[in-house]
Amino acid sequence: MNRRILRRLFSNLMVALMIGAVVVALLPLFFILLDLVAKGASSLSFDFFTKIPAPAGESGGGVAHAIVGTLLIVGVASLIGLPLGIAAGIYCAEYPGSRLTWVTRFVADVMNGTPSIVVGVFAWAWIVATQKHFSALAGSAALAMLMIPMVLRTTEEMIKLVPNSLREAALALGYPRWRTNLTIVVRTTLPGIVTGSLLAVARVSGETAPLLFTALGSQYLSFDLNQPMAALPLTVFTYATGPYEEWHRYAWAAALILILVVFVLSLGARLATRQRFTLNG
Amino acid sequence: MTTTLSGPGAPERVGLDAPPSLERASYGDTVFRALLTVAALAVPILLAFLVYELWAGSRLAIDKFGLDFVTSSTWDPVAEDFGAFPLIFGTLLSSVVALVIAVPLSLGVAIYLVEFAPKAARQPVAFLISLLAAIPSVVYGLWGIFVLIPLLRSSVFPFLRDVFGFLPFFQGPIYGPSMLAAGIILAIMIMPYVMSVSREVLLAVPDTQREASLALGATRWEAVITAVVPYARSGIIGAVILGLGRALGETMAVTMLIGNRHEVAASLFAPGYTMAAAIANEFSEAVGDMHLAALAYVAFLLFVVTVLVNAGARLLIWRVARGSGAGSKAL
Repeated sequence: MNRRILRRLFSNLMVALMIGAVVVALLPLFFILLDLVAKGASSLSFDFFTKIPAPAGESGGGVAHAIVGTLLIVGVASLIGLPLGIAAGIYCAEYPGSRLTWVTRFVADVMNGTPSIVVGVFAWAWIVATQKHFSALAGSAALAMLMIPMVLRTTEEMIKLVPNSLREAALALGYPRWRTNLTIVVRTTLPGIVTGSLLAVARVSGETAPLLFTALGSQYLSFDLNQPMAALPLTVFTYATGPYEEWHRYAWAAALILILVVFVLSLGARLATRQRFTLNG
Repeated sequence: MTTTLSGPGAPERVGLDAPPSLERASYGDTVFRALLTVAALAVPILLAFLVYELWAGSRLAIDKFGLDFVTSSTWDPVAEDFGAFPLIFGTLLSSVVALVIAVPLSLGVAIYLVEFAPKAARQPVAFLISLLAAIPSVVYGLWGIFVLIPLLRSSVFPFLRDVFGFLPFFQGPIYGPSMLAAGIILAIMIMPYVMSVSREVLLAVPDTQREASLALGATRWEAVITAVVPYARSGIIGAVILGLGRALGETMAVTMLIGNRHEVAASLFAPGYTMAAAIANEFSEAVGDMHLAALAYVAFLLFVVTVLVNAGARLLIWRVARGSGAGSKAL
């Protein structure tokens, strides 16, 4: 009798410890978000979004150059990475027996685990070293390379959820395979593909490591993809590790913008699939 | 592009006398499949290209240092003598520290969410923790520099030194930026990955395991620890290794917190360096060809290690959750 009570107590103790683990796990999230708002929000102003940085040591200025840079670099990366990733994902889902599917899927898994800094070195060796100068384009190439495997795998998983009867119905009505694919299968999974794409965009928007020696960063507003360009994550890094108090405040504000962008994209991704599929995760 | 027709299931012979509509349809199919095949082929080609570029970039260093690179501790850009041992040591140590902190926490959370938590709380808590994975690395670094390190330096590190000072890990001067600071931030960063994969693996354990154990009179905790966790063991190990893969390659937050010194120290309070951090810091400023090649060599090694680690993790996860898709979402 006594032992049973002890065992019951021990069970409850372990549950209490696990609740403790949940609390400890949630604390960093809470504090990071709190600190970002507390230290970053006060520096946000109209100027912060519309001006480029003041010369070092002077006050004022903003991060317009980095916002434009992030939009351009991530935009170009998406133009390259999303179509490629989605098309390869459709291939893997539609031709599951092919050997290429096996290879591509395996390679995508390998690439998913590749550290982003290694991809940065690759983009450097491929583009920067041959062109002999840093460029935003090289940064976009690195980010695209990171997006492809993520988009590929989500696209594939989503398409596999489409019941075969839909395909068969379309084919039975005399649709050619490509029209079945595009108008029935892809159309049905569109929300899922949008989700995967948005998540990939959100993830690479925050990437710093692959941009360090490709896009490099800059203090000026630039639209030239062939030149070094600023980006929000790079700005956070430079300002956070810089010597000036003012820079540190700007780093917090830039990080706040960055995280808002990432969270809005991630939330959008979740909403896109809410009604059709339950992804739970 | 003619090769695209040779795969299984490709529309092969289309008779010249086929009805026009059918011919057009198969023509569309051919083009469609060709386009998709090009995209699917591009992925392995890109990876092969990546491996080639890393190898080509580091050839100078591979030729000069060979495998001694892994064991040598000198890092002298002026004399062009390089060895990556402190980097490899730092990468492993910071990852191990991260795992020691993150694994018990993530497993606790995962088990609680799958087995004990009230139904209504499961999804929201899992969602909140997955938000941790969405925070960019550089933001962790920023928070680490200005919030975590001051906190560690003023209270946590002195406390550890007072209580556990007899261990070699907790001795020596306290700077702030250190192996332990990097390990802690890494722990926070890999926790969502380990948690979500172990959760999926635990969800894949059949209910009969739990029911059988409870029917024999086990308490709920005993049922979990004797019947559920052992069933999911290799999947959980896979989740942990996946976390390890993440920790090995993490760059920005570590660069900002680890102190960046090419040294091997037993104390976790001492600054160190990791492979990824060295590349991040030195690559754009490297002038000599040999310095660049040495850094590319480091990148090459890092790539090989993470590929091996991830492949191992995936194999283990597949073994438990074959078919249920677990692990694929946590990439």
